[in-house]
Amino acid sequence: MRFGVVQFPGSCDERDALAAARRVGDAELLWHGDADLRGADAVIIPGGFSYGDYLRVGAIARFSPVMGAVDRFASEGGLVLGICNGFQVLCEAGLLPGALLPNTSLRFTCRQVEVEVVNTSIPWTRGCEVGQRLSIPAKHTTGRYWSPGDLGDQVVLRYAPGHNFNGSMNDIAGVCNEAGNVLGLMPHPEHAVDILTGSVDGLALIGAPA
Amino acid sequence: MTTVRARHRELGLTDDEFDLIVEKLGREPNQVELAVFSLMWSEHCGYKHSRRLLKTLPVEGSRLVLGPGENAGAVSVGDGLACAFKVESHNHPSAVEPFQGAATGVGGILRDVFAIGARPIAILDSLRFGEPAGSARSRYLLEHAVAGIGHYGNSIGVATVGGEIYFEAPYEQNCLVNAMCVGLIEIDKLIRSAAAGVGNVVVLFGARTGRDGIGGASVLASAELGDEDAAKRPTVQIGDPFEESRLLECSLELLDRELLVALQDLGAAGLTSSASEMAAKGGVGIDLDVRRVPLREADMEPFEIMISESQERMLCVVEPERVDDVLAVCGRWEVNATAIGEVTGSGQLRVFDGHELVGDLPVTALVDECPVYELEPLEPSRPLYPAPPPVLDAGLDAGGTLLGLLGSANLASRRWAFEQYDCVVGSRTVRRPEQADAAVLMLDAGGAVAVSIDGNGRRVAVDPYRGAVEAVLECSANLACVGAEPLGLTNCLNFGNPEKPHIAWQLIRAVAGLGDACRALGVPVVGGNVSLYNEGGEGPIYPTPVVGMVGELPDPTRSGQLGFAQAGDAVALLRASWGPSEAGSELAKLRGEPLEGALPSADLGEIKALHAAVRQGVRSGALRSAHDVAEGGLAVALAECCIAGGIGARVALGDAPLFAEGPGAFVVSGPREALARFGAAAVELGEVGGDVLSIDGELELAVAELARTHRAGLAGLL
Repeated sequence: MRFGVVQFPGSCDERDALAAARRVGDAELLWHGDADLRGADAVIIPGGFSYGDYLRVGAIARFSPVMGAVDRFASEGGLVLGICNGFQVLCEAGLLPGALLPNTSLRFTCRQVEVEVVNTSIPWTRGCEVGQRLSIPAKHTTGRYWSPGDLGDQVVLRYAPGHNFNGSMNDIAGVCNEAGNVLGLMPHPEHAVDILTGSVDGLALIGAPA
Repeated sequence: MTTVRARHRELGLTDDEFDLIVEKLGREPNQVELAVFSLMWSEHCGYKHSRRLLKTLPVEGSRLVLGPGENAGAVSVGDGLACAFKVESHNHPSAVEPFQGAATGVGGILRDVFAIGARPIAILDSLRFGEPAGSARSRYLLEHAVAGIGHYGNSIGVATVGGEIYFEAPYEQNCLVNAMCVGLIEIDKLIRSAAAGVGNVVVLFGARTGRDGIGGASVLASAELGDEDAAKRPTVQIGDPFEESRLLECSLELLDRELLVALQDLGAAGLTSSASEMAAKGGVGIDLDVRRVPLREADMEPFEIMISESQERMLCVVEPERVDDVLAVCGRWEVNATAIGEVTGSGQLRVFDGHELVGDLPVTALVDECPVYELEPLEPSRPLYPAPPPVLDAGLDAGGTLLGLLGSANLASRRWAFEQYDCVVGSRTVRRPEQADAAVLMLDAGGAVAVSIDGNGRRVAVDPYRGAVEAVLECSANLACVGAEPLGLTNCLNFGNPEKPHIAWQLIRAVAGLGDACRALGVPVVGGNVSLYNEGGEGPIYPTPVVGMVGELPDPTRSGQLGFAQAGDAVALLRASWGPSEAGSELAKLRGEPLEGALPSADLGEIKALHAAVRQGVRSGALRSAHDVAEGGLAVALAECCIAGGIGARVALGDAPLFAEGPGAFVVSGPREALARFGAAAVELGEVGGDVLSIDGELELAVAELARTHRAGLAGLL
């Protein structure tokens, strides 16, 4: 399994995502200015503040050359995982439904949260069981998910009771596209891959396709 | 030149200093030259009241890699790797505009660390404000300073892993914002800031230069605050972490590809101090052409370009044949880069406006010949500071007093603040805030570093010498609790106006305490920062030396934690040279007692041995929890161990006092037979278990209630 991790100007978690992916396969960084996924089997759009979050979170990054390649890759069924800012970018790019709004507290919040897996039929969650809880850190200012309508099975992850600190609609923490190959989530599975730093539950997602 | 002569006082220079400049130049300075001198000879850049004192601090250590004088200090952490670190103040800007002041404080200390080639891995911050309960201003400063720190650190992707906040009335007008950054670098890749090689090119890269921060170092940082501070807002810089994020990656790539001769960040006094310090360190001259500097505003004067403190800029020296490569790397990162000058053999900093020479300054006069003043200390005969207002009834029982302390602004949980910081980015954070007394960050090759930042101004106000000793001991104790051995120390000296005899006395005594404590522990001071003139109409701040320490531990899987871990474990007090008193304690403060009485003396040798014993106990796994007894005394320490562990304890203290404070004690827990190995240093207090903290049978409080009070204390004030 070969992962490509996109690096935008202002990305923060790309090296962490790279290291996490290397625990389960090969991985390399993909430069935002190159419309080339270099043969990756799966693409991770990492967290951070691409283009400084200027204009609107994710709004500028979606126009990067690399995102054109990601769009084609996704439409052909390629596996894409968007984490935090990556989730925001995928929503802006129209690869995922809905949008991320400012947290109800209007503050950046960093907290270890528990999410429940509610859909295990997609490649990113096939190693999980329905109802399984994952302990993963979340950290963002703009993570309140808003859904355009009933998403049905496209809801993949929900915050466990008491863990929805950002005010997301219906406790939604992660959603996929209709085909199920593109997943976006606000919590950071790449920061939950080593028991020393708190949890290994993120490997259940990142490692699933590998 | 009468106009220039009239201006020097506005720029913060004395008449004598102006005369000395005339003597050094052999003529009167022009506007550009006067502006440059006023900054380089300011307290902030020239350390004219503190330079002699700082020379008394110990700088030798077996692990020292880079000592004072470079952008940041560094110590070896094994495997050819160094840990670089430094703490710096951004007090005056934060008092005027807290969000940008704090944000750019973080930005500045990050640049100091990556200027020597290190990748920043952690930020800590030390904050002081007035009492939040009665002051909308203090709450405003706190909320915006915390937001500013988070904004910058989170956006650039460096974990904020620790810090401290205290609230005391003397910080009401003059808050303190000190930021510390820790980075990692392979020792053979360290880069210095000394310019070298006549004919080499000086390249400025990063943000464009604007009018923000004009005169920040002299006008803001080297004078007392007054009523017209709103008018000083233009002297506060505006930060852009997105620019710095690219600047960081770009700088590290330039260094990785070995394209640079020297590198320096632009901080206080902007281009002026960066260029002159690079030239002074290399014993060379530098010619700069301000017309080539990319500007935000077209009509800036040469002196404005030279002293602008616009953020996110770096200056480097490059061999001519590598300039194109440097510009290409910068271009890839979308970072502006422009050749603006060259290294000369003249020993002069020469400023050109196109072809016109507009400033011609001897580098040694600017950097090394700044006047140095003798302090004129006078010990005050009575406390300098009024007693705080009483807020806790002295007639309360022990349980009520404990809850009062736990919920007080100084001791309550900092969760409200630290949850606004990303503490996990970088994938190194083994101990997060409130998990242990120090943060622990693991290294790729195994092992880990631990970091802590401490300083208690009120105790330094009671006794500057012992208070400063305590700050060092507190840091070392925090490291011991996670199993780390101290390797090096950085400090930020936040004081009032040193030209006043009582302040001079505080400064001298505190630096003596810092030096003695560092020598006793064998920890070198690798660098730091001085922030003086922290006072306004209401008087000076508490003397506040802030100490940041880096230590190492061999096995991150054995990192200590503060919370009680397991029912049935024995609880013990480990102490040496411990003679706590209520003088200067949190309890004395809440009861409104005056700042007087003697802080306990400390036998530094005994305490050093105690720290080693705790460290060893944590590393060996004998101790399942370790927590240093600090503010609020033994009762508060026990409560914190219960809250963090989510489990109770039943203890009997014997003759140990509940709330008195003094260095040299820890609350630890572990298997009874393991604790017995500590011999006479250990006093068994009781046992972990249940959901109640019970002390001597007279104080019984549910852990849930302790936790609720602790959690609500700060959040409830905001």
